[in-house]
Amino acid sequence: MKAPPFAYHDPRSVDELKGLLASLENVRILAGGQSLMPMLNMRYAMPDHVIDINRVAGLDDVRKVEGGLRIGAMTRQRTLERDPLVAAHAPILAEALHWVGHVQTRSRGTFGGSLCHLDPSSEQPCTAALYDATLHVAGPRGDRDVSIHDWVLGYMTPALEPDEALVAVTLHTWDGRYGYGFEEFARRHGDYAIVCTGALLATDASGTITRAALSIAGVDVRPVRLSEAEAMLVGKPADAATLAAAAEIARGIDCMSDAQISGDYRRRLAVAMVKRALTKAAERAKG
Amino acid sequence: MDGIEETRRIRLVVNGKTVERAVSVRKHLGDFLREDLRLTGTHLACEHGVCGACTIIIDGVPARSCLMLAVQADGLNIRTVEGLAEPDGTLHPIQDAFHEKHGLQCGFCTPGMLTTLAAVLEENPEIDEAGIREAISGNICRCTGYETIVDAALSAAATMRQAARGGL
Repeated sequence: MKAPPFAYHDPRSVDELKGLLASLENVRILAGGQSLMPMLNMRYAMPDHVIDINRVAGLDDVRKVEGGLRIGAMTRQRTLERDPLVAAHAPILAEALHWVGHVQTRSRGTFGGSLCHLDPSSEQPCTAALYDATLHVAGPRGDRDVSIHDWVLGYMTPALEPDEALVAVTLHTWDGRYGYGFEEFARRHGDYAIVCTGALLATDASGTITRAALSIAGVDVRPVRLSEAEAMLVGKPADAATLAAAAEIARGIDCMSDAQISGDYRRRLAVAMVKRALTKAAERAKG
Repeated sequence: MDGIEETRRIRLVVNGKTVERAVSVRKHLGDFLREDLRLTGTHLACEHGVCGACTIIIDGVPARSCLMLAVQADGLNIRTVEGLAEPDGTLHPIQDAFHEKHGLQCGFCTPGMLTTLAAVLEENPEIDEAGIREAISGNICRCTGYETIVDAALSAAATMRQAARGGL
């Protein structure tokens, strides 16, 4: 349970980081370390070089930008849980983070790290998908932006070249008042989710739904946006029958199976979680 | 890497004392504390972030010492279970409460329980039982069933609230 030998680099700037990524082979980037350190200790990962980005300046701030909230890739989960801008503009992120690991792992774990690690059950890509996030990538061929919907190439595989790094994520937060709800089912709190779901709902003065977003994680290698249900909700009253009918649409999604959890069980859980998340979001939308 | 062990010199504060050592870059902080500083109060069990026994307090927040490289602690301020009591030996309220409420049996998880709860209670002595149970959800205890640990934490919280109001 000890990490294999590697060369250690701790750049202080994004430029220095880019230089290292361009010149080194078989590299792993060390962010918060809450996934990579276990992988090193168990020797699932055997990099020749570890680039620790904890001392890179400017990667850990949260700021309001045109059309959203820009979160530095190294912003700790603990910081986001308490951040006033997150509370004001993306409150579901704080609610989702409550389900991530434990107090000790959230002290170190980062938003960007989770979006690069891409555990299929992770709450953070699920929330990023809800806000149609843009991921800002730096690399030797220039900086580029990738939509969260194009980010997950496959199982735990982000659309990142070996010489690129994620530096920030912009959540395209909604203007005005809206309700939100995040629900999760795991065998114990802090375990990997079997299924987790985020819902955003905006309603007008008469209680009619004007905008909806639904994202489900744990069912596929990437978070699934339930766009059919979103379209069905808009223009309808936010009542129990409408929300239950929207949740039923989750019964049609294609779910992974593994040794413990069957796809059929995940589907049934997805319906229940979507219904709960929508109910919570509808209550909060009322204010 | 052909067996070459890269080392770096680090300087950090551990339990109020500045220490400086050369350390292998692949050594995790828990091993550094135990092997290099001989602070064996920090217990290592799973070494992949699941059990919580190795929890220490880094710059005021609880974290897993097995999930951080020692070299990353350069410049940081660390408290281990050895640093919870006052220099004169007066126990931290959470240590007193564990003693009083029988908050341990075999003692293996205890350093992680104490450091987690010390950090959480120092930040928020108003915490309720649900908050305490959540705070220690990342610390596995196979003896107590957690009840006496929760009792101890609630008792320590009350003591710390009283002390904050100048009642002690």
